[in-house]
Amino acid sequence: MWIIKRDLLLAVRRQADVLTTLFFFIIVVSLFPLSVGPEMNMLRTMAPGVVWVAALLASMLSLGRMFSNDYLDGTLEQMLLSPQPLSLLVLGKAAAHWLVTGVPLVLMAPVLGIQYDLPGEALLVLTAALLLGTPVLSLIGAIGAALTLGLRGGGVLVSLLVLPLYIPVLIFGAGAVEANMSGMEFDAHLSLIGAFLLVSGVFAPWAAASALRVSLE
Amino acid sequence: MRYNQRSIPSIDKTMLQGINLACVRGDRELFRDVSFSLEAGGLMQVRGPNGSGKTSLLRMLCGLSNPAAGEILWGGTSIRALNGEYYGAMTYIGHLSGTKDDLTVIENLRISSALAGFDIGTDQAKEALGHIGLRGREALPVKVLSQGQRRRVALARLLVCKTPVWILDEPLVALDVAAVKLIQELLEQHLREGGMVVMTTHQEIDITATSTTQLHLA
Repeated sequence: MWIIKRDLLLAVRRQADVLTTLFFFIIVVSLFPLSVGPEMNMLRTMAPGVVWVAALLASMLSLGRMFSNDYLDGTLEQMLLSPQPLSLLVLGKAAAHWLVTGVPLVLMAPVLGIQYDLPGEALLVLTAALLLGTPVLSLIGAIGAALTLGLRGGGVLVSLLVLPLYIPVLIFGAGAVEANMSGMEFDAHLSLIGAFLLVSGVFAPWAAASALRVSLE
Repeated sequence: MRYNQRSIPSIDKTMLQGINLACVRGDRELFRDVSFSLEAGGLMQVRGPNGSGKTSLLRMLCGLSNPAAGEILWGGTSIRALNGEYYGAMTYIGHLSGTKDDLTVIENLRISSALAGFDIGTDQAKEALGHIGLRGREALPVKVLSQGQRRRVALARLLVCKTPVWILDEPLVALDVAAVKLIQELLEQHLREGGMVVMTTHQEIDITATSTTQLHLA
């Protein structure tokens, strides 16, 4: 899909945008061990939650840019007038958003997990859960970004709209790691996140496309 | 200075019609009962003072917004029902250039044509850019270009996207005399080949067409 290629190309030209998201994630995750103190047991129990909340906030940070730049320079108008289905273009844009903001977080998570003294297997589960969960964040985020497009103060509004929708992913994402650490099966958690991914992959682009049409009218 | 391009797909019986269109912005009615019919080779110039709803009408015609009343028909079918099929037959160039500042001129042209359903190679893109007067600037990012040059990048799309209907909102803004002449020739050629043009402009421009409609919005 060339729309993914285009957005990746833009990300390469504007690396600052990508790096700020990643460094935000790294710093937020690192602040907790520094402030809570080096108590291993406590760090270990809070690790999954902290990493997931930081991932949520980091992906939120870049949502505003998903459509607003295209809106301002008129390329979004051209996308709406393209003979290709708009929902497919939105899916491409969400995929590019994930590749640019989600994948670096997934790659960084195991390294940051070491700060929390997570055991090796828990690190793997954390990475797997993030790998399945971060695309959901981009897809749901696309709906919020499309709905708040062109509104003043849209940045705050998008968090209020989207964060509650992120909660199920957060619960099962963090839950998978906790289950693994307490010696239980974590497959069910991962399957549920996989199900979220499939459902949002089908419905989110369609919903975001309708929201874009309304926003641009 | 003819530009060689593929001829437009057959558009014999096609026709763009507006029936009793009305536009409401907020609680103000900009216009009502606007009707027109545009056939192959026809040019429609939309005129009226600032704020009379020219851009609103053009955005309706390309399907970006819905008329408050009335209907727009393409080949006898409502454009809302046609959706993608109509978008494939129409090129819209609005006030916003639709170019990405961080991409180069040639990347912009290739991406915007791909978006419109016309996948073009580097050679074809270079040829079109050369014709529109951007030779040697293909590899520059658009952000370093002047307003007029940006406009040319946007208008270069007309050379590669061979759709029957062109909807142009103030296409001549920021262009120099040579470019205005170039666009005029381009429009005339498009009309000769059976295309249709709907445009707004405040500049006096003489375009010869088989049928010219003036639509005045009060």
